[in-house]
Amino acid sequence: MNKIEFTINGKKVTSQVEGRTLLVDLIRDELKLTGTHVGCDTSQCGCCTIHLDGKAVKSCAMLAAQADGADILTIEGMAKGDTLHPIQQAFTECHGLQCGFCTPGMIMTAAGILKENPDPTEADIVKGLEGNLCRCTGYINIIKSVQRAAVLMKA
Amino acid sequence: MYAFEYQRANSVAEAASMLAANPEAKLLAGGQTYIPTLKARLAQPSHVVDIGRIKELTGIEVKAGVVSIGAMTLHAEVAESAEIKKAIPALAALAIEIGDLQVRNRGTLGGSVANNDPAADYPAAVLALNATIVTNKREIAADAFFDGMFATTLAEGEIIVRINFPVPKRAAYSKFHHPASGYAMAGAFVADTASGVRVAITGAGASGVFRWKDAEAALTRNFSDAALSGIAVNEADCIADLHAGADYRAHLAGVMAKRAVKKITG
Repeated sequence: MNKIEFTINGKKVTSQVEGRTLLVDLIRDELKLTGTHVGCDTSQCGCCTIHLDGKAVKSCAMLAAQADGADILTIEGMAKGDTLHPIQQAFTECHGLQCGFCTPGMIMTAAGILKENPDPTEADIVKGLEGNLCRCTGYINIIKSVQRAAVLMKA
Repeated sequence: MYAFEYQRANSVAEAASMLAANPEAKLLAGGQTYIPTLKARLAQPSHVVDIGRIKELTGIEVKAGVVSIGAMTLHAEVAESAEIKKAIPALAALAIEIGDLQVRNRGTLGGSVANNDPAADYPAAVLALNATIVTNKREIAADAFFDGMFATTLAEGEIIVRINFPVPKRAAYSKFHHPASGYAMAGAFVADTASGVRVAITGAGASGVFRWKDAEAALTRNFSDAALSGIAVNEADCIADLHAGADYRAHLAGVMAKRAVKKITG
């Protein structure tokens, strides 16, 4: 077992993990932050995207032990109380989701895109979301949502 | 995932001794291939030695016509590095084509090169730019490094520390992405270097990345995409799988090589 300490959504957490425990499993099963989803078993769908030290990564493609000392942000850390994060707001306004399963990952990746590039073109958004799969929307409204989020975040 | 013991190494020497202590221990770099491999139970290490935080494996340095990149440098760091964009823009441009945004934020140069996936991008750059792989034991020339699909000449317990890329006169990479996975169906890295024109093809070869010597000879005579008309990659040497036949990949490799040359000549 490995003792790890990290910060998640501003809260310090200490845990004992097996070597093989995935970060996403620790987040969901132990910390009960079930907004981070697992949509595949092959690290392809992006539903489990979180921010690790400010960068969008797939929490199913890293071990919990690798997160020791890290600063983690999950979808639960995006809204401020009852006020949605501008990206969440944009997804609701633009119907950027249907079933909603991929949405936490889409929003966390979108946050990563907008952090690097506050004014992305449609092509930048498509490229940025390459690692996130949606089986409902056909992506059009997701792209619109990210474009809208860019506007809201500048306001 | 099968159970294993996780160990974090703080130096290359410590990682080497952790590997030496257990014959079934394996290194973990960014884990963007290895963790999915473990999840699929395709590997069963006794120990996983995490080298992702070793300081001496990081850093980008450009001096005396060589870009030296630490093995644990992330794809995103290579893609964004102002120094690399200036010295070898084709290498930064290649890095932004790897995987997806999340993979580029975790995956490393050393991990990709050591894994030598036949459809990975970096092996083409390493081979075409005539790079040198610096390990904890020796220096290995690119031509003596790649040893068939998922195989290299790294010895047991040998760890890539840095990769040194000589700055070419001019270079470009062109890749045809598999539409679902993003891996190269075929990719061509063309470099006009101090040691001549070098063309490396990834994604297509049944033995992994390879130099396309006929193209090198043709481009040496006449550095233009037209020089590649009439010559072809041997389809008997190409991968055939559910995504594409060998004839398709051989043709695609030629198209990618022409596009890379065109990027250079304009």
